[in-house]
Amino acid sequence: MKLSLALAMLLAFSLAPAARAANEADYKAAYAAAEAASKEAAGMRNQWTVTVSALAAARKAADGGDFDRAVTAAKEAEALAKASVVQATSEKEAWKAMEIR
Amino acid sequence: MKARFALLLGSLSAALVAFALTSPRVIAADKVDPVADAKAFQNFFFQKFPTVKHDDFVNGPYSMNEDMKRQWQEKEEFPPYEFALDAGKEMFSTPFKNGKTYADCFPNGGIGIRQNYPYFDTGEGKVVTLELALNRCREANGEAPYSYVKDEMASLTAYMAFTSRGKPMDIKIPDDPRALAAFENGKRYFYTRRGQMNFSCASCHVQSPGERIRAEILAPALGILNAMPIYRSEWSGMGTTSRRFVTCNSQTRAVPLEPQADEYRDVEYFLSYVANGLPISGPGARP
Repeated sequence: MKLSLALAMLLAFSLAPAARAANEADYKAAYAAAEAASKEAAGMRNQWTVTVSALAAARKAADGGDFDRAVTAAKEAEALAKASVVQATSEKEAWKAMEIR
Repeated sequence: MKARFALLLGSLSAALVAFALTSPRVIAADKVDPVADAKAFQNFFFQKFPTVKHDDFVNGPYSMNEDMKRQWQEKEEFPPYEFALDAGKEMFSTPFKNGKTYADCFPNGGIGIRQNYPYFDTGEGKVVTLELALNRCREANGEAPYSYVKDEMASLTAYMAFTSRGKPMDIKIPDDPRALAAFENGKRYFYTRRGQMNFSCASCHVQSPGERIRAEILAPALGILNAMPIYRSEWSGMGTTSRRFVTCNSQTRAVPLEPQADEYRDVEYFLSYVANGLPISGPGARP
């Protein structure tokens, strides 16, 4: 029983993909996606301050060679920018619900 | 069979009546009607706060909280905007390099006219705020424009507001589809949620006036611009209407627009129009 458990664990670990550190190409791809979403939000006049901060954090981390952190920040920026686009889109009509009539 | 037919006919009639009753409301809701909007806006606050005197709404949070009001009334004996007021008076009367003054740019020499701003310029097709008119006056006379958010601009508008104290806000919307569009755009901006906090201007100043947000008491939207510009203790200085809009946006974690952007001009037009009849109380002092 103990042997089969150990074998199962060994098999599981051997099949699990090894965590790979992010490289510059990963960062550039993540940053480009975030920047595109951010530009869309800005075009809708609905940029969020936190998106701008996350993009800046991504650039700073990349400049320091920390691509893991840079990718994480870029992905966060992309998610925030996309949320702001959703907000601006839904508010095109939703604002009327708040109006005093 | 007859019963089923009667039931069907009854349901159809009920549906038609319901449609007839609701459809005019839908049409009315989509029509731009500033007079009806202003009436509804004022009634909302008058009914929500029946003990507040109508003219008192222009005093913002002080109209909502007796303790704060007493403190403010004492502070008004030596108001924190006094230095800006004095500076504004001096600036207003100091000639430009070409010998002209601000008085040459405004009706009635710029005295007692705050209640007419912003106005819709039918030539330009846009809303013109007092701050914008002041900078245009400077530029027309060969002077560099001031920052829209503080210092000199706040001093100048403080003086102009002071000379207009007590005069009822009197914003006109000309019979021009572009003016109606500007009003509607301002209204949309006021009610639209933005920023990571998902707040609109109305989230605080319509839904929650009198409530605390952290240590502050929220001001009612009605008459909120009548007190501008203001000295804010939080800013340790004076701020203009532009500064107020920029700060509100930042607080909701939305990137502010550039001062005097069309949206800001339009929301100032909307908020000023719905406060028509309420007195100018600027310059004001706020926590």
